[in-house]
Amino acid sequence: MTIELVIGAIKAVVIVLLVLGLTTLMLWFERKGSALIQDRIGANRADVLGLGKRFGLPNFGVINTVLADPIKMFTKEDFVPDGADRFLHGLAPFLALFPIIITFAVAPMGDILRIGKYEIDLQPANLDVAALYVLATIGIGVYGVALGGWASNNRWALLGGIRASAQMISYEIAMSLAIIAVVVTYGTLDLQQMCRAQGGVWFGFLPRWGILLQPVSFLLLLISGMAESKRVPFDLPESESELVAGYFTEYSGGKQAVFMMTDFAEVLLVAVLITVFFFGGWQAPWLYRDGFHFPGGASWPLPNLAIAILQFAAFWIKVIIFSCLQILIRWTLPRLRYDQLMRLGWKGLVPLGLLNLVATAFVVVAAGGK
Amino acid sequence: MPQWLFAFLAALAIIGALGTILQRNLIHCVLGFALVLIDLGVLFMGLGAVTVGFLQIIVYVGAIMVLFLFVIWLLNVQADTGVRGGASLGLKLLGAIAAAALAAELFVIFSHAPKLREVRTIAPSFGSVATLAHVLFSRYLIAFETTSLLLLASIVGAVALARRLAGQSAAIAALPPRSSARAAEARREVA
Repeated sequence: MTIELVIGAIKAVVIVLLVLGLTTLMLWFERKGSALIQDRIGANRADVLGLGKRFGLPNFGVINTVLADPIKMFTKEDFVPDGADRFLHGLAPFLALFPIIITFAVAPMGDILRIGKYEIDLQPANLDVAALYVLATIGIGVYGVALGGWASNNRWALLGGIRASAQMISYEIAMSLAIIAVVVTYGTLDLQQMCRAQGGVWFGFLPRWGILLQPVSFLLLLISGMAESKRVPFDLPESESELVAGYFTEYSGGKQAVFMMTDFAEVLLVAVLITVFFFGGWQAPWLYRDGFHFPGGASWPLPNLAIAILQFAAFWIKVIIFSCLQILIRWTLPRLRYDQLMRLGWKGLVPLGLLNLVATAFVVVAAGGK
Repeated sequence: MPQWLFAFLAALAIIGALGTILQRNLIHCVLGFALVLIDLGVLFMGLGAVTVGFLQIIVYVGAIMVLFLFVIWLLNVQADTGVRGGASLGLKLLGAIAAAALAAELFVIFSHAPKLREVRTIAPSFGSVATLAHVLFSRYLIAFETTSLLLLASIVGAVALARRLAGQSAAIAALPPRSSARAAEARREVA
């Protein structure tokens, strides 16, 4: 009993630290990557006691992102505007971040790890309705942004909050339809089972990943997920050329940092969902329960610990790749107009999602059903 | 579900419900209501109905309460100023009748409910998606399908209403801009 509690606590700490660490990594990639795209230099100044310069180390702006800017943010004045709802103004950033962070509890980071007589499921919380859990927490995430805009007692902020809630509710429908189609395909709501179902190969070499079964769902989830994270081209809630900074206009210091972190955590979350649903989760190509079995017939048996580490690495590498893809898209496309946003959501993605769902259901039933 | 957890969740639900009806600021009322609904979802999960609990949170907290916020903002409903205008006698009477009906209903339900000690342990499959789906699509199939039909009808109705309003504003926008007097007159007519 106690040892299980300890294992659970370790899993919880590991996933939270990983999410926060990767959020920082994405922030760094956003700054340095966008500089690369736009032929700028980007962050390159901060140094600790001149050590990097003395030893001639190249400065990639890591200290800027990891150390200097967070210290700056969290030591700034925490300003609350006159006439604001002080309680909700303070609560809103955490209402935004908290549901996103707890969603990672169902991220399947690997299959079973065996240490001695203990079998550790590398999914922090093994929930058999995990897909519903994801939808529920994402749905709650709307409140932080909407209330932050309202509690600031600022018209731009309120407009941003209203835009954010309208946009997130609209795109949640497309997102749900994409997820439901995947659920119908695998016949389970359990993310760990979905990952297991994507093991093995087709035609002797092609990994059985979901992207080949549900390409339309993948596109739907990518687009609606980017809209959920409220970043360009869907950054209307904060569009700085119209609304100052939208819902977080009146936020400064640590609370603003929390809002920014929410956006990046959402990018990571969308990447996790895409990885789990369409790219095999923790499945590495040709890696089975007992080691590698390559298409040519060659095989390389591995111990359970090595396999668990490889699966863990495969999962997070895929997540990082899809997070970076989202950041690339963010720095490539211009912002949509509001009517374009709504037309894309309601007239494009929702009907497409419904068609895809009906087609999926027909195919699953025709193929014998599950 | 351990008893202390149930007591905690029940107390939280009551606090949220009181917050919903006693606060002046409408946004705070909506948040109180959202708290009640999340709390009910967690109660469902604790009682074994995990699927229903999550659906409750997705539908009510994730969508319906956000729409409540939306309506309050878009209609610009102001906070209750605290001036208590006496409700009309008819309204009071109606309220009393509704409250009495609810109390009678609760009384009947509780007097027929099994005693806590007699409640048996539930089957492990209780509340799972498969069980729920089996019940919904066999025993309650007609109720389920008619509810869907009702929802579809209300969606179509809402769209029809929205389109009529949009048609009116388009008619106003199409009027010639120079003849402002005639336009104002026409606006009044259309409205």
